[in-house]
Amino acid sequence: MRDVAIIGVGVTKFGELWNKSFRDIGIEAGLKAIADAGLSGSEIDGMFIGNMAAGRFISQKHIDALIADYSGLASNHIPAVRVEAGDASGGVAFRQGVMAVASGMHNIAVVAGAEKMTDMDDANVNLILDQTADAEWEAGMGLTFASLHAMIAQRMIHDGIATREEIASFSVNSHAHGALNPNAQFRKAIPIETVLKSGPVATPLGLFDCAPISDGAAAVVICPLEDAKKYTDSYVKVSAVCQASDTLALFQRDDITSYEATRVAAQNAYRIAGITAKDISVAEVHDNYTVSGIMALQDLGFFERGKAGKAVLDGETRIGGKIAINTSGGLKARGHPIGATGVAQIVEIAEQLRGSADQRQVANAKYGLAQSVGGIGSAVTVSILEAI
Amino acid sequence: MSSVAKEWREIPGRYNLEGSKCPCCGKVYFPKRNMCPVCRRESIGKMEPYSISRKGEVYTFSIIHDAPDFTTKLKPYAVAMVKTTDGIMISAQLVDVDPADVRIGMPVRAVLRKIKTDGPDGVIHYGYKFVPDE
Amino acid sequence: MDVGIVSYGAYIPRYRIKPEEIGRVWGVDGKAMGKGLFINQKSVPSPDEDVVTIAAEAARNMMARVPDVDPKDIGAVYVGSESHPYAVKPTATIVAESICATPNMTAADMEFACKAGTAGIQVCMGLVGSGMVRYGVAIGADTSQGAPGDALEYSASAGGAAYLIGSENIIAKINKTLSFTTDTPDFWRREGMPYPKHGGRFTGEPAYFRHVTSAAKMMMEAMGTKPEDYKYAIFHQPNGKFPTRVAAQLGFTNEQIAQGLLTPEIGNTYSGAVPLGLASVLDVAEPGDRIFVTSYGSGAGSDAFDITVTDNIKDYRRENAPTVAQRMAKTVVIDYARYAMFKDKIVMPSSE
Repeated sequence: MRDVAIIGVGVTKFGELWNKSFRDIGIEAGLKAIADAGLSGSEIDGMFIGNMAAGRFISQKHIDALIADYSGLASNHIPAVRVEAGDASGGVAFRQGVMAVASGMHNIAVVAGAEKMTDMDDANVNLILDQTADAEWEAGMGLTFASLHAMIAQRMIHDGIATREEIASFSVNSHAHGALNPNAQFRKAIPIETVLKSGPVATPLGLFDCAPISDGAAAVVICPLEDAKKYTDSYVKVSAVCQASDTLALFQRDDITSYEATRVAAQNAYRIAGITAKDISVAEVHDNYTVSGIMALQDLGFFERGKAGKAVLDGETRIGGKIAINTSGGLKARGHPIGATGVAQIVEIAEQLRGSADQRQVANAKYGLAQSVGGIGSAVTVSILEAI
Repeated sequence: MSSVAKEWREIPGRYNLEGSKCPCCGKVYFPKRNMCPVCRRESIGKMEPYSISRKGEVYTFSIIHDAPDFTTKLKPYAVAMVKTTDGIMISAQLVDVDPADVRIGMPVRAVLRKIKTDGPDGVIHYGYKFVPDE
Repeated sequence: MDVGIVSYGAYIPRYRIKPEEIGRVWGVDGKAMGKGLFINQKSVPSPDEDVVTIAAEAARNMMARVPDVDPKDIGAVYVGSESHPYAVKPTATIVAESICATPNMTAADMEFACKAGTAGIQVCMGLVGSGMVRYGVAIGADTSQGAPGDALEYSASAGGAAYLIGSENIIAKINKTLSFTTDTPDFWRREGMPYPKHGGRFTGEPAYFRHVTSAAKMMMEAMGTKPEDYKYAIFHQPNGKFPTRVAAQLGFTNEQIAQGLLTPEIGNTYSGAVPLGLASVLDVAEPGDRIFVTSYGSGAGSDAFDITVTDNIKDYRRENAPTVAQRMAKTVVIDYARYAMFKDKIVMPSSE
């Protein structure tokens, strides 16, 4: 197996992109990444695309062929693969791409993620999101995706793992960083009262505990580490990319206040990278809901169980704090176009490690981590990148 | 419009909380599984139907204010993870209760209610919801 | 062979609306209307309740009280209602499935306005008595609709009760049943129509009173009994006024009908009315108590029953399910807007 490097990154603005189609955003991110890598495009020999539900959101299936075609790569006849793993589609697509290059099957691959959600009305979008949990025995019985996370939050509060304020503070952290990201959907810092007083979605969670519905795309170009210098001086190493699964339904877990899939993927990733959680200075975690963010900080080993919430409330997760969490604004403020999210996290960590994160730059970051979660913790990828 | 067959084949679980029990390790699953994830091959073809208790208590809950339209008339409504008296966890709606009165640990029991309807001319799907057990 | 009631169970939804609230919307003195009908409030089903769910809960309550009865020994399930959720597709199969009685059994839905429930009891008596089945289940349940603004809107309500009919361990022996039936169109609903229509005052003398008194008198004549021989009497109760008046006409006292007269607090549960009234009586009945029952269904007919409570009621697990009084104790009163929404009287956007 070969080591793999990221040699180019690209991301679109995230948000309600009314005048852009799925085709427009998918191509935009890919072309930016290819240009960033200093490639012409003809060097690329494979594409991996994270996308959850274009078949529902825009009634277009077979988007792997569509993206290859509109990227101008169909004439090269390179293979293109669409990857779906719920909210983790982007994270899993990245892992597929890295495995393909590491194995020698591919040399230069584009890993992209894209989702166009605003072409559908909110009610139907939410019905589709509900299907990333157990569609028969959770969504089918009247439980929304938000309510599953709300029940985790309720139990965390009950068990004394985090307070309502601590959970809410995750949104404050994401918004503070999102304000610094020109591509974020929401570029406004908010006080905790905004979260606590926001309209209820599924108690105890309110509107500001929930990531928005977004359009957007992100892409990275990867190649063997040993070849990276041929294309650019600005690259980062992929030290580990691990994935773990858990039950589809939340109610079938012994402990609902922790994602075991995150813990397993993280342990494997640290072992492969030869580091511990303490070595990570910047991380992008899957805060589709505030409570998911708090859980991630504990499951990834950044904070002890029961202490993550207070750390966020105390500002330890801000840029310049103990560990910079969600410098992009996270899913909450940067936006959450499902398939794009996992790849956008990789883009953010790569930017941080190569020192191109502008106002959001974390000083002297050697290792960065991205955690992407599918469904209610049913599939998790943990990727560790290393500055060269 | 949901498939009639897809709902029909789940009737034992939906109406009567029928799960399955692994004869090898004794673990009970809901919804039913054809293979025990613990005993795997040993359990294939041997999983037994198991009627889960209709009584239990709220393990955790949420009050849903923002929901897909099939539940519009009951908003805001409660959902809960219920731990049955035989220790099985089930997620469901919690009805006939003032949302402000829902508590972790409150005793509940399963009843049969309409879950959803395939429009005015489609099939009505029935299944379990929980109500306070008083 | 003695045939009778082996178990019973009742169910009444928790929501209520009051006549003055209905009157407020239609510019009618609802309070006076309620007073005239002897109705203080009526039950309203939750949007997720219908005849299937009401019948299923009543049947489950019935089974909970006889833990030793194997549901597989039930040979017949009949659900009587004038508001079955489907025009075609039986309620009874869903209810039978919900008590694990399927598949070696027969089932059918019945309709005879307000007496489909007691008609089911008669059918089950025949099946048990003939030896065709070991147990039969007869349920009367309704979620009746009264046209908005119509007098029926003040009374049409929801509820039901289930009866396990058999010949073993009976808690109440049915000494005799008989019926009085004619073609009398006092109340009807045509196929596809959302609301029933009625003949106004024609529903009284030639319809309700003629059939109830005829069946009742035939029963007392056949049994050689007088009103004072019964501890309790239950008459069909479309409102509070009719059963009170018919009882007086027949010579029954208010004390005899009080325990089985539920309409003032829950409204007219149609097919559920007499079964619920009888359930309320069985909730308090003691060995030896004799019960007189006469139902009425528009169209029209009356089924009369002469019942004696047995010693078995002492060991019967009544406490395994809520009594009618317990079901009536916890209620939530709603306004007409919520009532209109619950009863599908508001035009909603189509989904997906």
